Amino acid sequence: MRGVVQSLAAVGRKLLTRKYTAGYPEVKPELPARYRARIVLTRDPDGQERCVACNLCAVACPVDCIDVVKAETEDGRWYPETFRINFARCIFCGYCEEACPTQAIQLTPDFETADYERSSLVYDKDDLLIAGEGKQAGYTYWAVAGKAIAGKDKGEAQGEAPPTDLRDLCP
Amino acid sequence: MSKVRLTIDGIAREVEAGQDLLSASLGLGVEVPHFCWHAALGSVGACRLCAVRIHDGPDDDEGRIEMACMTPVAEGQRVELADPEAAEMRARVIEWLMVNHPHDCAVCEEGGACHLQDMTVATGHHRRRFRFEKRTHRNQDLGPLLTHEMNRCIACYRCTRFYRGYAGGRDLDVFGAHDRAYFGRYEDGPLESPFAGNLAEVCPTGVFNDKGWSEHYARKWDMAATPAICTQCSVGCNLFAAERGGRVRRVQNRYHGAINGHFICDRGRFGALHVAEARLDHPRIGGAPADAETTRAAVQEALAKGAVGIGSPRASLETNAALRRLVGAERFFAGVGEAEARAVGRMAGWLAKGRGASLKQMEAADAVLVLGEDLTGTAPRAALALRQTARGAADALAAEKGVPAWLDNAARVAGEGRRPPVALVTPMTDALDDVATWALRRPPEEVAAFGQAVAAALRGEAAEEAAREVAEALKAAERPLVIAGFGTGRGDAVEAAGAVAEALGEHARLALFPPEANSLGLALAGAEGLEGAVAALEHGRAGTAVIAEVDLVERADPRLVERLFAAAETVIALDSAETRTTARADIVLPVADWSEAAGTLVNHEGRAQRSFAAVSGGRPAGWRVLAGLMAVRPGWDTLDAMLDALARDLPQLAPAKETAPGAAFRLPLGQVARAPWRMSGRTAQDLAGRVPEGTPPADDDAALAFSMEGAQGADAPPALRTSYGVPGWHSASAAPFLTDGPDGPMAGDDPGVSVLPGFTAPAPLAEHAPRGAGLAPLPLHEPFSGDELGRRAQRLAQRCPAPVIALHPDDAAEIGLADGQRVAVDGGEAVPLTLDPAVPKGHVAATAGRLLPRGGGHRAIVEAAE
Repeated sequence: MRGVVQSLAAVGRKLLTRKYTAGYPEVKPELPARYRARIVLTRDPDGQERCVACNLCAVACPVDCIDVVKAETEDGRWYPETFRINFARCIFCGYCEEACPTQAIQLTPDFETADYERSSLVYDKDDLLIAGEGKQAGYTYWAVAGKAIAGKDKGEAQGEAPPTDLRDLCP
Repeated sequence: MSKVRLTIDGIAREVEAGQDLLSASLGLGVEVPHFCWHAALGSVGACRLCAVRIHDGPDDDEGRIEMACMTPVAEGQRVELADPEAAEMRARVIEWLMVNHPHDCAVCEEGGACHLQDMTVATGHHRRRFRFEKRTHRNQDLGPLLTHEMNRCIACYRCTRFYRGYAGGRDLDVFGAHDRAYFGRYEDGPLESPFAGNLAEVCPTGVFNDKGWSEHYARKWDMAATPAICTQCSVGCNLFAAERGGRVRRVQNRYHGAINGHFICDRGRFGALHVAEARLDHPRIGGAPADAETTRAAVQEALAKGAVGIGSPRASLETNAALRRLVGAERFFAGVGEAEARAVGRMAGWLAKGRGASLKQMEAADAVLVLGEDLTGTAPRAALALRQTARGAADALAAEKGVPAWLDNAARVAGEGRRPPVALVTPMTDALDDVATWALRRPPEEVAAFGQAVAAALRGEAAEEAAREVAEALKAAERPLVIAGFGTGRGDAVEAAGAVAEALGEHARLALFPPEANSLGLALAGAEGLEGAVAALEHGRAGTAVIAEVDLVERADPRLVERLFAAAETVIALDSAETRTTARADIVLPVADWSEAAGTLVNHEGRAQRSFAAVSGGRPAGWRVLAGLMAVRPGWDTLDAMLDALARDLPQLAPAKETAPGAAFRLPLGQVARAPWRMSGRTAQDLAGRVPEGTPPADDDAALAFSMEGAQGADAPPALRTSYGVPGWHSASAAPFLTDGPDGPMAGDDPGVSVLPGFTAPAPLAEHAPRGAGLAPLPLHEPFSGDELGRRAQRLAQRCPAPVIALHPDDAAEIGLADGQRVAVDGGEAVPLTLDPAVPKGHVAATAGRLLPRGGGHRAIVEAAE
């Protein structure tokens, strides 16, 4: 009985508050930066693609709407030859962003992705890739990975010792 | 075998005595973490990960932490895997193994199928506490087949133990001292062993990986795997063919207890990927593309003239049976010379007597005689089995001293390097010479004589000294084995091998290796040699030749092939890729390759095995195309119906239907799923501008689904298994959970059914000296070169040495040819001449198939090329 009265009071108090009407679409809502909507692919601070086509976003995706195909540059850098998201299926859960080891895939507050044509909701890499670093400034996966790429030889990643000398007998 | 009773985590268990605790636990399905232990390589106790608490009996309250892999099972033992102190130790072991491991998983091919990743996740380690620098290594270029990324190494020594200890390789070793241990070659260069590809599976992390897979990469969880059978030689190794997006991206070993065990050869692993090369996609009449209706009409017209059918030793039983039905049993021939067809028929006869040895039984032999066969070249996986035979004597000596074989390093020391007697009687230097007690060189035509001399010596008759020695060794053995094949192009070695086995008695075993994946199946279908087909065409009994999936130039005397093309009014060729035969055929019909259709193949021991379609929507199977050509459609819509028809036409092959469950087979979860549960990208894949709808393609010929819907892993019957399917174990290290004992048969028995019982062999062909002028041919078999299809696999082709024509210097001088001069055999492809005193005089040794057809019976002319 007490609970019922409390609930009625809580709802009743709302009758006294001022009405609020969102003026959307004329007035755009101010959404927090971590709001989960349209997905983008970001770049490293040096402007190179962040995505290394590891497929973790694809496997984390509960609706299987991400398709990534790996390719490799001459110097050993992995990158996605194809990166495709079917936004007709995406549920904006953000698991892909959580799974991403390179901070490449990020969700943005831009939620206005509706369309009349389902096929135009299939976004390819060109549609997803943006120019900047997004929410994670300063992070470069290649600076911590052990694989050598152009401009970062073995032993030059963060916390790495120079390559071993196999003929050295010292302990 | 006696049993011992022990308890593991409070559950009473009974296991075979004499094993180590780790093998026993894995066999029971108890997931003991481990690294350096490998089912085929035994225990060395290097990684310290399999720590468990062991109490000796009910009174031992305290117990002690021990390595499960180094501890024999004992009566009354109480084992605690979950003991907090043991668990803590395992977590610390992982932590120290990970101290130098790079932050690479995202850009590592192994990720998702990595034993190190699995074990790390299982022990809960996720953050590196060690604040100091990681040691790094430079990589090596190991050739076109394997990648090398040494930073990822955790020094488990599995690679060198496999490469040196198991496969007999010399050029991979460990260098450096301290924590700088480096696994590689002395200098950059391709790994020499024809089994190096196994390193990609043996390595528990991403140091060695399949380079071709990396080029067309998909994570393991994204690829649908199909059980397939290797078509590159007669051993019939079981494979997983992993596909995504309609492309076979990787071929891996699929455990089979009696055949390939944990390993396959590089020819099988990389040669199977020929499927993208030189494909025949459209029917062709007289060199011009034609539509299906025109082709059918042209074929009907040609068939009306009467046709001979030429079956293939590399095509499935079904295709050969369909061709036999199309042309009639009396006009069905093999696409190989009579010498080969008869020799393979004789092999089937010898094997039908119940003496046949599987590879597993070969490994258990304690004395071996190899008659003429260069196993490393003709059936590489069998050569690897023979290398294990060579360890048997050392293991037996170690066992006498109380050291079990699984205690790998100790058994090697206690075995004192003792070797069982192995006699290799081959024409040329052999890759197995290092394990041979007697490496005897005999020209091809004297090999059989030596075998007969051994048989005579066994019967107590007079024989040459060497034969007497070999005979004595075989006589003293408990499990003697005689090996022969058709590698030298002669069938008499098979008879000699049979004679030796008969002289030895009931316990002697025979391992006979026909040239190709379904040679034995073709022989069991009763096909005679190509000579019969040519005679029928020349005598006007037929006007058309229908050649199903075989390049005759590879297999038969070129003069015979010329006569066939001259005599036939119309030549109809079916194949999956362009060959020298399809290039000359009047009508060409494209058919499925191994990855596009299901089919049954009979391996060297007479075991029929089913291979399934790895990709959907490919070209139609050979037997379907042939059924479509028949005037009255035979009503074979499915493989099961085809196999029923095959059983009626060829009762000998009726058991072939039992090799795998039919397409109607269902489990509680439905069909068996090819794809793993976690396959990604289903709703985005392959959709430039469109959204996928509809159902996955269906497979009419198998109870396998082209999706993740259905049963997985061990739930499936062995012949349909698409993965090992052990949750949390994504690498090949999961295999021991599905076997009885680390090297035993698959749980639920190894797939395959023998089709030999009751077979009566044809009479042996009287061997006669090759006729005409020229030199006697000696085909050279290259482990990195398969048949006309397998040779096209790009990476394998890069690894394969250039083709060779070699002569004895005296013969070359007589003909007037110099070292390095460009020469050709019988007007074929020209290559620089090699002079080699090891070539028997009067012979020309040349790369089999490509330069010299492998069948004997003719002489070859070596001439300087223009």
